[in-house]
Amino acid sequence: MQKSSNILGRIDWVTVMLWLAMMIMGWLNIYAAVYNEQHTSIFDLSQRYGKQLLWIGAAIVLAVFVLVTDNKFYFFFAWVFYGFFLFLLLMVLIIGKEINGAKAWFEIGSFSLQPSEFAKFATGLALASFLNMQRQSSGLRVMVPATAIIMAPAVLIALQPDMGSVITYFAFFVVLYREGMSIWVFVSVIMAVLLFLLSLILGNLPVAIGLVVMAAIALLVTSGYRLTLKASVIMAVTGGIAFFTGHYLLDLDTAVIITLAVVLGGIVYAWYIYRLRLRGPAIVYVFLLGGLLYLLTVDYVFHNVIQPHQQTRINIMLGIEDDPFGEGYNLNQSLISIGSGGVTGKGYLNGTQTKFKFVPEQSTDFIFCTVGEEWGFIGSVVVIGLFVWLLLRLLMLAERQRTTFVRAYGYGVFGLILVHFFINIGMTIGVVPVIGIPLPFFSYGGSSLWGFTLLLFVFLRLDAGRTDYLG
Amino acid sequence: MKDRYANRKYLIMALVLVAALILIARLFYIQIIDKTYRVSAANNALRPVMQYPARGLIYDRNGELIVYNQAAYDLLVIPIQTSAFDTSRFNEILGISMDDFRERMKGAVSYSRRTPSVFMKMISSETYALLQEEMYRFPGFYVQARTLRKYTRPVAAHLLGYVGEVDNKLLARDRYYRSGDYIGVSGIEKSYEEELRGTKGVNIFLVDVHNNIKGSYADGRYDTIAIPGTNLWSTIDISLQEYGEKLMQNKTGSIVVIEPATGEILTLVTSPSYDPNLLVGRIRSENFSLLQADTVKPLFDRALMASYPPGSTFKIMNGLIGLQENVIHPSSLFSCSNGYHAGSLTVGCHTHNSPLDLQEAVAQSCNAWFCNAFRNILENQRYGSVQDAFDQWREYLVAFGFGNKLGIDLPNELPGFIPTRSYYDRYYGKDRWKALTIISLAIGQGEIGATPLQMANMAAIIANRGSFYIPHVVKRVGDNGSPSPLYMQKYITGISPENFEPVIEGMEGAVNGGSGSTARGARLDSIIICGKTGTAQNPHGKDHSIFVAFAPRENPQIAIAVYVENAGFGSTFAAPIASLMIEEYLTGQVRRKYLEDYVLKTVITPDAKEQ
Ligand SMILES: [Zn+2]
Repeated sequence: MQKSSNILGRIDWVTVMLWLAMMIMGWLNIYAAVYNEQHTSIFDLSQRYGKQLLWIGAAIVLAVFVLVTDNKFYFFFAWVFYGFFLFLLLMVLIIGKEINGAKAWFEIGSFSLQPSEFAKFATGLALASFLNMQRQSSGLRVMVPATAIIMAPAVLIALQPDMGSVITYFAFFVVLYREGMSIWVFVSVIMAVLLFLLSLILGNLPVAIGLVVMAAIALLVTSGYRLTLKASVIMAVTGGIAFFTGHYLLDLDTAVIITLAVVLGGIVYAWYIYRLRLRGPAIVYVFLLGGLLYLLTVDYVFHNVIQPHQQTRINIMLGIEDDPFGEGYNLNQSLISIGSGGVTGKGYLNGTQTKFKFVPEQSTDFIFCTVGEEWGFIGSVVVIGLFVWLLLRLLMLAERQRTTFVRAYGYGVFGLILVHFFINIGMTIGVVPVIGIPLPFFSYGGSSLWGFTLLLFVFLRLDAGRTDYLG
Repeated sequence: MKDRYANRKYLIMALVLVAALILIARLFYIQIIDKTYRVSAANNALRPVMQYPARGLIYDRNGELIVYNQAAYDLLVIPIQTSAFDTSRFNEILGISMDDFRERMKGAVSYSRRTPSVFMKMISSETYALLQEEMYRFPGFYVQARTLRKYTRPVAAHLLGYVGEVDNKLLARDRYYRSGDYIGVSGIEKSYEEELRGTKGVNIFLVDVHNNIKGSYADGRYDTIAIPGTNLWSTIDISLQEYGEKLMQNKTGSIVVIEPATGEILTLVTSPSYDPNLLVGRIRSENFSLLQADTVKPLFDRALMASYPPGSTFKIMNGLIGLQENVIHPSSLFSCSNGYHAGSLTVGCHTHNSPLDLQEAVAQSCNAWFCNAFRNILENQRYGSVQDAFDQWREYLVAFGFGNKLGIDLPNELPGFIPTRSYYDRYYGKDRWKALTIISLAIGQGEIGATPLQMANMAAIIANRGSFYIPHVVKRVGDNGSPSPLYMQKYITGISPENFEPVIEGMEGAVNGGSGSTARGARLDSIIICGKTGTAQNPHGKDHSIFVAFAPRENPQIAIAVYVENAGFGSTFAAPIASLMIEEYLTGQVRRKYLEDYVLKTVITPDAKEQ
């Protein structure tokens, strides 16, 4: 504890400098986004840039405050923080203020706070603390409760509803991956998401056929052509039977027939696999059957359970339906402003497109439009470069920890910043669907800035005290 | 603990680099490779022009157009794109002075140099035509088409509602709207805003320094087309509405007319009212303040919001409930000696024959008869206590639509008030009240309030012998549309059809009976009107006159409630007005000119009550 006097010598100044640089660049771009010659004073507190400057000041105070606290404080109070923020997330559903259709804000005087921005910090701490307590770090007995710790706040936020923030909670799975969650969980999740999207875009049948073809290729690679040939023959026979009965006698959907054929084939095949103890083909088969069943479920749920207006929203998000004044409109305006920036940009405060205020949320979620239009490709790459630098730096810091607690927490901070960075910039240029989440340290807004500052500096504080730990 | 998974950091590191590379590759494509986003020369500017769709039209039930649009134009300016030009010619076209010009220009500049702001709102088509020819001489200026609402007849202002600019609160909540957009603020314009407004479009133009539009940006790839709003067919009979407003001129109150078979509202008059054309365009805000400051409250929609004690018209309800509960019978006789007497309590009545049966009691509006009936309802042995019987009584009223909003497709409807058991428990102590404590409810006085809409709905329910559709003012959304399914569902009230007949007999007697009948002023030779008068006690002045009715007796076509404030007994004004409305609607013309003149000539202003 007495070591906190020389904290200055032990915190990671590279990260601090990157943090400062991003806040200043963000603020310059907010100034440009709401720029108006008649309010030229950059300290005008009635304007967003004036307020942001105030919030940057407060963020610096917060950072200093975090640095002078004892690092064990965060370790011992992790669960208290977690409980407290779960409570706040519950309260905001009851007494919160609704902005843009989500009950996500506490209003204190003229001032609004979004508890979900701070709950990420508490979730990161609690998850790290939990993983730190485990003797072995992988297996279902660890990963199931760990997933519950992540999902509890996410579910409360989904009720607001603020789906953008919910998606960012998936960042914590980077922590679980690093701490040993089975790679197959990730493969399954990625496959599930891909199948879902593909089946909505392409329809059921091509995806079902694609799955069978991919399974055949996987079998060929893992087990050689003789076994693949045998499996294909079995499939062809069962497929023929299933097609005859399903199509001519029962009038079933073709994707259902394929699934039936695979089940039938599996019954024959199972005995064969069991006898020869073939692990590879078994895994391929399980994935194929699981994929097909999942596909049919998605199709059923989407068309029979989800309400029509929710279907529309999902469709718009996937770009299947176009709504001129909905998400598609925002993206078009955003693309025009960034695209018109060219190589070098139009110059600071000279953006024309963004000045028409046709890009919505220009100073918050779409702040990157200003960067793209006024600073061009070069400026955009610089901003992306800063984020890459910060992210790699955080990785390096996390890896040099001696306790699971600090490493897991560090990975949480890293994951959150990565997800925000990629989704936010990605949505402005049409790489990912439009999801309303801020760009860390850049976007206008106190809650987001303080939330990320808190996340980052608690990690820096823990990192500075890494030699204090007994292990 | 040994870190078995340390190698996983490499994959995570790769994830960061892949993410960054995807973003950079995409940026490289849209900012450098793809030329469609590029604005070619530095002196070219992009100009997004909103395409405002025409708002949906509104027709009356017979297909007569009642609300339409007129073109208007906003002159916009982007200060940074202006340069020296012939201001005197400019001002001449617009008909403004140099000072005015400077003032407006200053306003635009102080809003923003780079974004468009309105230089002059709603210029006329003639001015627009002149301006358009010489537009090339005025760089930085351009015109944006808007539409204004117009009304074919100066009536139904509250019902139709008006359109105004969106406020900041809504701008924060709903992303469809932008500052300066119009939105329905009241009436049908508000409740059917989403159908009427259509969808805005945007054209993005490239403009050179000479204010010439050089074409669509990126070949119109980012333009969207405006979709016009949906037309509405109202249930209103606009001629009847106009006639009703004429009858109510110089009086305060309301007329609600419903077609019983469908719940369609034929007329919704509130008086005093105003000409809907007053709240359109540039004159709107000024007129709005004037109307708001007016002491007779012309902006207050009495038909949906004023809650009055229903007075004697409410005896119908107690009669129906008593019959349904089997505590009275059509032939039940109660005597009346100038009122109802129980201990120290007296409810007065006028002089008439005694005793009376149900039909005569309705026709002559005997207070004593209904005090007895009400007592029978609350002291019914079937229920454990007066309080339980009261709950049952209230349930019937709720089924008739009292005490709650009916759910009309107009904003601002109020629920009226029917006291609850706990209301009286709070007032008198738990279960420490009896039938006699609340006996004024027997004759529709006391802690009870109903809106004219609820009373008209009650008349419709009686006309239908026990069922109703929720009253509504729009019968078709879109040229071949239907009403909302909400208004196609039939509601049953829990009173059997046969119990209506004796009460209806009494209502017929009230209008068409011999001496002692209370509403003979409403009698019409050719058509059997069934009605009931009422008088709402008014603690602030002269009582309000009420009349509810339907006609004809068999296969009713019209149900009506009329309120005239400070007019005294229901028979004096409300009944003749209702009778004239029925005659006008059912026969197409009013033959009783003497009665019409009597109503038209009468002036009852709220101020008159002080004398
Ligand atoms: Zn009497």
